[in-house]
Amino acid sequence: MTHSEATPASKPARKSIIQLLELDLRLLGMVVAFAILCIAFDLATGGRFLTPRNIFNLTIQTVSVAIMATGMVFVIVTRHIDLSVGALLATCSAVMAMTQTQVLPDMLGLDLGHPLIPWVTIAIGLLAGTLIGAFNGWLIGYLTIPAFIVTLGGFLAWRNVSWYLTSGKTIGPLDPTFMKFGGISGTLGATGSWIVGGLALTGALYGLYAARRNKKKHGFTIKPLWAEGMMAVIISTAILGFVAILNAYEVPARKLKRMFEAQGETMPEGYTVSYGIPISVLLLIFVTVAMTILARRTRFGRYIFATGGNPDAAELSGINTRWLTVKIFALMGALCAISAVVASARLANHSNDIGTVDELRVIAAAVIGGTALAGGAGTIYGAILGALIMQSLQSGMAMVGVDAPLQNIVVGSVLVLAVLVDIIYRKRTGEA
Amino acid sequence: MTQSNRADSRTPLVEMRNMCISFGGVHAVDHVSADLYAGEVVGLLGHNGAGKSTLIKMLSGAYQADSGDIFINGERATITNPRDARRYNIETIYQTLALADNLDAASNLFLGRELVTPWGLVDDGAMESETRKIMARLNPNFQKFANPVSALSGGQRQSVAIARAVYFDARILIMDEPTAALGPHETQMVAELIGQLKADGIGIFLISHDIHDVMQLCDRASVMKNGKLVGTVDVDDVTDDDLLGMIILGKTPGNGAV
Repeated sequence: MTHSEATPASKPARKSIIQLLELDLRLLGMVVAFAILCIAFDLATGGRFLTPRNIFNLTIQTVSVAIMATGMVFVIVTRHIDLSVGALLATCSAVMAMTQTQVLPDMLGLDLGHPLIPWVTIAIGLLAGTLIGAFNGWLIGYLTIPAFIVTLGGFLAWRNVSWYLTSGKTIGPLDPTFMKFGGISGTLGATGSWIVGGLALTGALYGLYAARRNKKKHGFTIKPLWAEGMMAVIISTAILGFVAILNAYEVPARKLKRMFEAQGETMPEGYTVSYGIPISVLLLIFVTVAMTILARRTRFGRYIFATGGNPDAAELSGINTRWLTVKIFALMGALCAISAVVASARLANHSNDIGTVDELRVIAAAVIGGTALAGGAGTIYGAILGALIMQSLQSGMAMVGVDAPLQNIVVGSVLVLAVLVDIIYRKRTGEA
Repeated sequence: MTQSNRADSRTPLVEMRNMCISFGGVHAVDHVSADLYAGEVVGLLGHNGAGKSTLIKMLSGAYQADSGDIFINGERATITNPRDARRYNIETIYQTLALADNLDAASNLFLGRELVTPWGLVDDGAMESETRKIMARLNPNFQKFANPVSALSGGQRQSVAIARAVYFDARILIMDEPTAALGPHETQMVAELIGQLKADGIGIFLISHDIHDVMQLCDRASVMKNGKLVGTVDVDDVTDDDLLGMIILGKTPGNGAV
């Protein structure tokens, strides 16, 4: 207790700008690393990496892994692991592919292209993912089989359930509405994107305001107004900049011409259409916001972190940690199903190898994003950034022309290095 | 067994009768009975492995008894998990403190009983505000509200654990070695707190293997050895040596070996 009295005096009274803004140093480090990576690739490719087109592609390639990575954060925070997410994605994808191409049209007599097909399909896929995840959670929580073993078994089993369901065939083409969730075939266009950007901006600014008001209400110290203003500017620039970049990617003129010709019209001179925000990215944003609220502002999230920090303490505080495990894995399963929608829609069909090695990419994204395998620590935005860094590394190297085996060697090394940096960082800051 | 000279007309706050639990054939607690009245501190003494923590964990819901009955205010109580115990206003300060090191003081204090906004979201502001209030009372030096409790000193961590037990209007408080990790100044603070809680009419089970603590803080002492109850005595009627004899030899004063 003498210690706590001594600290304020020994510290300089002036706080650094980072402290004043209450920025997360780890987040800042990752953003800087990501920025350096992007700039380096841009230089190496002669300016082809940071084009609207490539950024658009990067985002839609990241979505599937990023959605699952948010769930993996919860799994790893509670000291578990899920090696079966790729296989689960394949099973969900297979279930949905069969549902929309065979079960619904043949057995229920819905015509192909019937407006109900995509929604019933997605509901069934979500149900399948949630149930399988809950089953995993039950094996782990109630039967106390280690998560590593349950999901290692699941890694083999569910991959081949998917194979069995489809007889190993590629199933397609998928429903056109369903395919809008894949990326390039479903975007919001320029106006829609600006509307979404505006809503996001309003939401973010209100969030800042509400947090400040809440602190004031309880009489806690608040940041100086200029610091809040600076945060607001940074956030606004990021949101509007992102929308502007995606809007700058225009549908190729040749493709537009063909679309007009298909309708028997000619394209007016100087006519352009922007892609804007892909629906899949919008989905990822929703998932991110929802998962962040779950993690930080609900009892469920609080219990996840408490259990990860000290399972015995959580149990003694009256938390039903077994049921919590079931819920966490059920959520992971549901997220795998959402990823399955995005992944199969992007490919326009279900293929037998969909989601292969995704489990490793998802775990890597969560871990690069600062989720500690020892449990108790991790953030949703970190995992998204981790997924983005992995994907940028992969596509950047492909664009530079690095050989495929070398690419994987680099990605593997970066994963190990990222964890080492994290360990050193935690030691320095004295975090557990 | 020495009968308490406290009036039998009063109903005990807690009565544990013939509690038994075994782990893999070892009788950790073997037909032990103990009781506690409101405004009283009962010490539980014994060597490591005597069964005192195990006995008390059956009351706090951490363990389920194999047999035996628990009565709260004279009524039979079923306690199968920590949530049940909390419903009977039984609060426990564990020797390990049972804190989630990665969370801050407020989150730990309200763990399992979070304050929520009308929308059902956890209300961190309100919880921190309440935590500041109770800490101002228990440990006015405490300032680290934003840090995870892993960044706190032993005494600060202890005060978080105590605050958690005290905040929720405990009627029965179990303290398992509350001063084991503390310095003299902090031990004195805990002693004062115990006196204060006692005056509020709270019944306290104090587990300790420090005889001086027990002589100073407790009204009665129950001594255990090898899972069995040696005896319960009024602290005023016995000397340090009597208690020591009970702990080491399993002898009750005047009665010879049990």
